[in-house]
Amino acid sequence: MNRSIAAAAGETVFRDTYQPRSLRNSMFKVMVTMPAVLILALMVFIVVQVLFNGARALNLEFLIAEQRPFGEPGGGVVQAIVGTLMLIVIATLLSFPLALLGALFLHLESGRRSARILEGAINMLQGIPSIVVGVVVYRWIVVPMKSFSALAGGAALAIIMLPLLVGMMREALRLVPASYMEAALALGAPRWRAVAGIIVPAARSGIIEALGLGIARAAGETAPLMFTAFGNPFLSVSLRGPVAALPLVIYEYIKSPYDDWHQKAWGAAFLLMVFVLSLNLVISARKNHIR
Amino acid sequence: MQRRLSGPVLDTGSGRRPEDFQIMDGRETRTGKTDAMNDKRFERVLAAAAAAVILLCAGFLLTLALDATPVIRQEGAAFLYGTQWNPVTARFGALPFIAGTVLTSILALAIALPLSLGTGIVLGEYLRDSRLGALLNVMVNLLASIPSVVYGLWGIAVVIPAVRSLALLVGAPPYGSGILSASLVLSIMIVPYMSSLIREALRSIPPGLREGAYALGMTTFEMVGGVALPHARSSIIAGVLISFSRALGETMAVTMLIGNATRMPTSLFSLGNSLASVIASQFNEAASDVHRSAMMGLALILLFITLLAGWTGRKLMHRKVD
Repeated sequence: MNRSIAAAAGETVFRDTYQPRSLRNSMFKVMVTMPAVLILALMVFIVVQVLFNGARALNLEFLIAEQRPFGEPGGGVVQAIVGTLMLIVIATLLSFPLALLGALFLHLESGRRSARILEGAINMLQGIPSIVVGVVVYRWIVVPMKSFSALAGGAALAIIMLPLLVGMMREALRLVPASYMEAALALGAPRWRAVAGIIVPAARSGIIEALGLGIARAAGETAPLMFTAFGNPFLSVSLRGPVAALPLVIYEYIKSPYDDWHQKAWGAAFLLMVFVLSLNLVISARKNHIR
Repeated sequence: MQRRLSGPVLDTGSGRRPEDFQIMDGRETRTGKTDAMNDKRFERVLAAAAAAVILLCAGFLLTLALDATPVIRQEGAAFLYGTQWNPVTARFGALPFIAGTVLTSILALAIALPLSLGTGIVLGEYLRDSRLGALLNVMVNLLASIPSVVYGLWGIAVVIPAVRSLALLVGAPPYGSGILSASLVLSIMIVPYMSSLIREALRSIPPGLREGAYALGMTTFEMVGGVALPHARSSIIAGVLISFSRALGETMAVTMLIGNATRMPTSLFSLGNSLASVIASQFNEAASDVHRSAMMGLALILLFITLLAGWTGRKLMHRKVD
């Protein structure tokens, strides 16, 4: 009120800064909330659009029939559903044992030089773009076998899954209290027995969750399959022959000039997204429940 | 009797072998030896698994380097800076693709950074301990799990028409697909990663700093801008670099949206190609040996750029905060 007088008298003046600061604070809140809302709205938009467009392509025939040549109405994507399941099984069989042993190595030998090297290798594997995995597996398996194959596709997905599994399984092993291991050893159990009988069972649910997330990730991968599993218009369960997969079908169909196939691409995207999202949802619900 | 006591602890249900527990009796005869043997074998199995993973990594580098040798021998360093890419005349210069890759990724990063900062700050500060925050975090993580081919599909249906009308508006060639479309979808794809990393960085600052700042009467804006963000700076930069390396290696969405044209990108609306999208679209059609080798060379360049960005990010992440 009488600031100028007070200032003239040489007294310290406290200006009321609250209002501008409060205003800036509110503006900041609005500024950070907008992008967050935008992103969540986009997410809802994407999911709803895929579900909506995809649902129109869905019917029983879509799920149980093979692809028909263009021009013939009808047909489905059963070859891709079976192919994706097959690839997941192969990838799991190839990556799970190696990943579990690798995670155990990192856990038991942590701090050692060899563990740090392995950790570096895992980090590098995780950083390899998925298309490069496809190219290298083509070179390693498809060229010697002289044929695209389900085996090669599964191997490529296994390499994608491996670093993810090792990372997540290692976290699961870390959550087991060190006293379990100590107690087992103190009771005279040999190390392998303590690990196989105590540590791994105690970390079981974390290990299963890791596998679930790894599968969810591998199921949606397209790039590593283009030169390995290759795709196949017919239902095939041969390990040595090319197989279809849902992501490959989406890519192939949307590239085609036919409206009917575009429709089917959305249908395949529907199936793939529902599978991946529900697997992720179930696992995050489990995790939150346990904590 | 002691053997019985140890039973429930070590009982794993199946595969239980009583002789394994005989050590408890102090009679370390035959069984003790077997256990030692088993342990050694167990360690050998673990070491073999670790060696297999390391060999796998080395094999990647070796395979790519060996297979890329013919094209590098033919083109020399021009493989990196040449702008001609013509399988028919066997000229292979990868610069248009390197430019396409780096350009789309940097654009995507520039679009994604403000969005991720906002999302990360809302989730990591404003909704730090609330149920709503946890729920939204699950949603953001779900966004990260949508397969990239689905993003590509969505981009074809939504982003391409939008960019086409924008191009008509500003008088650019209305292809629809191109650098801008690819960058936009790429940015939506990396926002979940980046915002999770920013959220983690904000949550991991010491609580004392936050409480101290509020005790001094700071507003949330002043606390975040003056205390939290500066403290978390190096983790945030690391998060940005890791997201960048993801964007560089992303294949499907970019292949579906960038237009697949072999030329230097000249504007936001021009068609282009990224390293990953060239490999995706030409690998199966490569007929000559040099063309195939050039594909492997592109994969090698891509791997190198991606690993460099990821490695720098991880180095920053693990740097001790003083």
